[in-house]
Amino acid sequence: MVPFLAYAAAFLLLPAANVMVGAFQSKDGGFTLENVRALFDEPYRTAFKNSIEVSLVTAFLGGLFGFLIAYSAIRDGTPKFIRTGLTTFSGVAANFAGIPLAAAFIATLGILGVVTQFMATHLNWNPWDHGFSLFTKTGIEVVYLYFQIPLMILVIAPAIDGLRREWREAASSLGASGWQFWRHVGVPILMPSLLSAFVLLFGNSFAAYATAYGLTSGSIGLVPIQIGFFLSGDVFDNPHLGQALAFGMFVVLGLMMLVYLPLQRVSSRWVK
Amino acid sequence: MTPRKRIAPSAVIWLLLGAAYFLIPLLSTLIMSLRSDQTARCCTAANYSYILHDPEFWRTIRLSFVIALETIVITLVLMVPTVYWVHLKVPRLRPVIGFLALIPFVIAPIILVVGLLDVYRGTPQWFYGEPYGFLVAAYVILAFPYMYFSLDNGFRAIDLQTLTEASQSLGAGWITTLWRVILPNIRAAALAGSFLTLAIVMGEYTIASLSQFNVFSVYVQYINQNKSYPAAAITLLSFGITWVAMLALAFAGRGRRTATGEGAH
Repeated sequence: MVPFLAYAAAFLLLPAANVMVGAFQSKDGGFTLENVRALFDEPYRTAFKNSIEVSLVTAFLGGLFGFLIAYSAIRDGTPKFIRTGLTTFSGVAANFAGIPLAAAFIATLGILGVVTQFMATHLNWNPWDHGFSLFTKTGIEVVYLYFQIPLMILVIAPAIDGLRREWREAASSLGASGWQFWRHVGVPILMPSLLSAFVLLFGNSFAAYATAYGLTSGSIGLVPIQIGFFLSGDVFDNPHLGQALAFGMFVVLGLMMLVYLPLQRVSSRWVK
Repeated sequence: MTPRKRIAPSAVIWLLLGAAYFLIPLLSTLIMSLRSDQTARCCTAANYSYILHDPEFWRTIRLSFVIALETIVITLVLMVPTVYWVHLKVPRLRPVIGFLALIPFVIAPIILVVGLLDVYRGTPQWFYGEPYGFLVAAYVILAFPYMYFSLDNGFRAIDLQTLTEASQSLGAGWITTLWRVILPNIRAAALAGSFLTLAIVMGEYTIASLSQFNVFSVYVQYINQNKSYPAAAITLLSFGITWVAMLALAFAGRGRRTATGEGAH
């Protein structure tokens, strides 16, 4: 117990405190709000805007598609083996982020990618000639969904299991249509689980560094990429600005956790 | 008995769309990896052979594997006695440890590495300059949540009080009890947490690259930036590594379910 707490203090709490203190230090060590204020200037303002936008979009789309796929695999009539296969695959795909994921999409939708070439030669329509690029926000969102959807499937499946078949039968024997069941029973019961999954997906995307870096080598303005510039020494003027950026991320992720924990408590009521 | 329902049409559509989105990139990567580096034509194994004959591939994959093992051992040594103690003596503290294990989600790797580099700059070279020191120290923190939630599940499934009392009434000390009685009973949970940790460490790029350590993922990025066809080959190889770790995890999980099922009889 004591070694565990000592370890957590040395390698988790101490670095966290370092970031929080450093964010408010000037170059000569005095207190200042200048670093945090600088976060509202360019290029950091755009970086935060981009990061939040990408996270909102991929959390929403990942949540929506993840839910639809998970529900399709779990609902009555779908063979059991599909669900087992989907769970195993989701476990792999949710962990298949970072550099290899970026490389896989470059091989698929990059300029020389297999799908790009296929579309150009067989459909006579090259997406890169029509404004698509893998190295923009849209491209990053397409790639992030590859780990967002599986994460959604993994976290929402137990909640869908909790949606008992008897409730559906009761609703339909009282004359409710499928739409009415979802409107008055299904969605209200699942709402806390859906919201907490959304928050989790948001954080998952917001903190991602490796995938974005592997895809764009840093040419896109996201907060983690900006922090990376500070650490790899491309920006020298003020080391405390890097800590301020990390502090800004911490604030967003901390707010996420404050929303997530109570939702988690409510949603676990219906599972089991 | 109600007649067996047929699969719903909308379910078929969503599952097929999902399968397409997830399989097409893998298939494209496979096709890419079989094309020649010079002529861009199919099919050759040259890209795989290039990777497998690159000494840097073997050096980095071995390094990452050793780092993963070190991380797993340290995490287990820190967490097993802690989770055991909390479950047995101070269950009130369970939410506290659970909360502590959630912090790494808020202090994301990119934030952690900023703080770690600044706090430990100037510490001895054998720690700060070595992947076996600095990098492992950071990875243990990343492994905390996964290991904690695995172990917590495992400990909840066994009757800790009875096992401990039985062991001690036979004269065993704390260490013996933990090693000979408790550990075999939570083996599946510990294995599950270990395989997750393995998968995470083998693929971790953020902390490794920003603290300048040439581990496996950094090698993958080097290939990715410089050689597009071998990049596809190594991407599939690392996808395979994740698969193996996850299948092992599913296997360990199955062992646990059988064990708890037997315990209920």
